[in-house]
Amino acid sequence: MSEEKHFISGNDAIAMGVRLSRPHVISAYPITPQTIVVERLSEMAEDGSLDAEFMHVESEHSAMSAAMGVSAVGARAFTATSSQGLLYMAEGLFYASGGRFPIVMMNGNRALALPWSIYGDQSDSLGLLNSGWIQVYVEDAQEALDMVIQAYKIAEHKKVLTPFMVNLDGFILTHTYELVSVPKQEIVDKFLPPFTTVNKMDFERPMNMGMSTSPKDNLEYKYQQHRAVMDSVQVIKDVDKEYEELFGRGYGGLIKSYRIEDAEAVLIVLGSITGTVKVVVDKMRADGHKVGVIKIRYMRPFPEEELLEECSHIKSIGVIDKNISFGYEGTVFTHVNSAIAKSGFSPFIMNFIAGLGGKDISKSHIEGMFMTLLEGDKKKNKVQFVGMGVQINE
Amino acid sequence: MRDYEKYIRYRTFPSPWCPGCGIGVTLKAIATAFAELDLDPDDIVAVSGIGCSGRMPTFFNTNTLHTTHGRALTFATGIKLARPDKNVIVISGDGDSSAIGGNHLIHAARRNIGIKMILINNGIYGMTGGQVSPLTPQKFVTETTPFGNIEPKFNIADLLMGAGATFVARETVNRMKPLKDVIKKSFLHKGFSVVEVISNCHVNLGRRNKMKDPISMTKWIAGRTVTKTQYDKMTPEEQDHKYPVGLIHENTSRLEYSELYYKHIVPAAQEAAKKGPGGAAFAAQKNTITYRGSK
Ligand SMILES: Cc1ncc(C[n+]2csc(CCOP(=O)(O)OP(=O)(O)O)c2C)c(N)n1
Repeated sequence: MSEEKHFISGNDAIAMGVRLSRPHVISAYPITPQTIVVERLSEMAEDGSLDAEFMHVESEHSAMSAAMGVSAVGARAFTATSSQGLLYMAEGLFYASGGRFPIVMMNGNRALALPWSIYGDQSDSLGLLNSGWIQVYVEDAQEALDMVIQAYKIAEHKKVLTPFMVNLDGFILTHTYELVSVPKQEIVDKFLPPFTTVNKMDFERPMNMGMSTSPKDNLEYKYQQHRAVMDSVQVIKDVDKEYEELFGRGYGGLIKSYRIEDAEAVLIVLGSITGTVKVVVDKMRADGHKVGVIKIRYMRPFPEEELLEECSHIKSIGVIDKNISFGYEGTVFTHVNSAIAKSGFSPFIMNFIAGLGGKDISKSHIEGMFMTLLEGDKKKNKVQFVGMGVQINE
Repeated sequence: MRDYEKYIRYRTFPSPWCPGCGIGVTLKAIATAFAELDLDPDDIVAVSGIGCSGRMPTFFNTNTLHTTHGRALTFATGIKLARPDKNVIVISGDGDSSAIGGNHLIHAARRNIGIKMILINNGIYGMTGGQVSPLTPQKFVTETTPFGNIEPKFNIADLLMGAGATFVARETVNRMKPLKDVIKKSFLHKGFSVVEVISNCHVNLGRRNKMKDPISMTKWIAGRTVTKTQYDKMTPEEQDHKYPVGLIHENTSRLEYSELYYKHIVPAAQEAAKKGPGGAAFAAQKNTITYRGSK
């Protein structure tokens, strides 16, 4: 059965994915670059094409709190935010994962103040990796739409019951128009049945929620939460396979590699930059350089096993981080290093901090990164800021 | 150079505001009030949250702080408590002040802290492209209410008076002189003051409601403007569609918060500390943090 094609932005794709997933309540507060999602969904809710309540809440804190209320009575909730809004939700993020509320949220990745910037980097969501949410980073508008639908299926799985954040790069993905295949509602309905959960209040079976623990049993709760996210690895793979069978598009689990089989140097990346890196890989391969790229799709659960399987033969590994943990290094780099250290192999590693606050990452920057990796100069500072326009006095 | 111009930082222009936006009018009214009171620009701290209105301090030749969305009043509270000798003003949009930052608005009023707030009410989230705000009139079409807003709006003046505010006024961008005069008057008030400025966002609100140019929107505002005396004679239904302008409420009997704090809490704490164990160190510390000492 052929799907309809639409020429839409990443934000539109998210809104369409949400409509196909039939949420009951949407609560959201506008923030650039997410606003279009909020606007589309409120239009859909009002014109009747989406049978959902739209709540015009007064802040992101309220948006997340309302979503948890929705989930607590066993209904399907959606919210969307970005940057400052995500930070303002932080209290609710931890509460939602602890309460095992399988909310799905879109986050348009954007820089954090200060200084103010509305442009993209990934400091916002990467700064909240510990909030207990599953985090996926998509590469294009199609993946954004598909991942919203998959997100509900994964989050609501009874072994998982964990909220799910779909991240897309601000402007680069949220505002860029692409041709997107929109699945048919009947097939989505087959793939994603109505939400049922034991973790809900109802009048037949009253329930106390939001309980306290003593030091005696808190650890046990947290362990179960940890297990649920660990268990989601298999669920993510199964759901993706099922999605591929039904819709003909699969994303291949938690990471995706490109031309790494015989690679000597590999860049590890998240999100929309993948496409540009692939172009550079093709060009450099044509010039005889053995380079490749690995896209990390999920930062939580972190794909440690997959990553090690893929790169244990690679001599030189670089990580592009569109964030910086001040005083240390990029967050993705820390994760990759930890995985490598546990496995005991020791490649040449480099961390490239780039693209902060929407700074362009050009093909020549990427080529430069690959050359640094191929040279393998051990004396070089491991953490490099790429593309600085002005000289900073040390 | 005209008097008010010394308060304007021309090198940061052009502004982000659309042609005909009322925020520019408000900027001039505030700068003129500064000039008529002959305030030293260095003694002014202009604090704002996020939004088109929030961009205003960038264009003041004073101390400025552009804070997070909704939190201007809390940053300003910190500034005012540390430096009560400064003129601390807050510029805030209707979303910034009554939605995401609504909590701080009522608490500033309750405390009566001597911050001068200019609340620019254009009835919409302007900067993000026109989503409904708690001050959007009912039935108005916005990006997020395509079939008209069904939620009642706050009456900011009533809300503030309920929370204990000691100076509440309202003006519109159509009335430059009264606007400047009431802002000036609010700067002379000792406690917390709010001047609500009814402004036009023809681009993000007007356009969707058959008022796509500044003239039609300011005409609409003019049609709803009445004096306080006229307003008081109206039925509640008639009142719902009108904005009474001018000084709405003033109470000079309550002490301003930082004054209360420095005149009552600080000396009392010093007395208590002198008597208590280890009190000398505490007393000494308190002496050094009196605000004039931090100059
Ligand atoms: C925590 C947070 N949420 C959302 C935003 C996005 N945002 C920027 S301005 C704005 C609304 C501004 O509306 P208003 O306060 O009425 O001011 P105006 O632009 O109309 O002057 C919003 C929602 C933000 N910057 N921070």
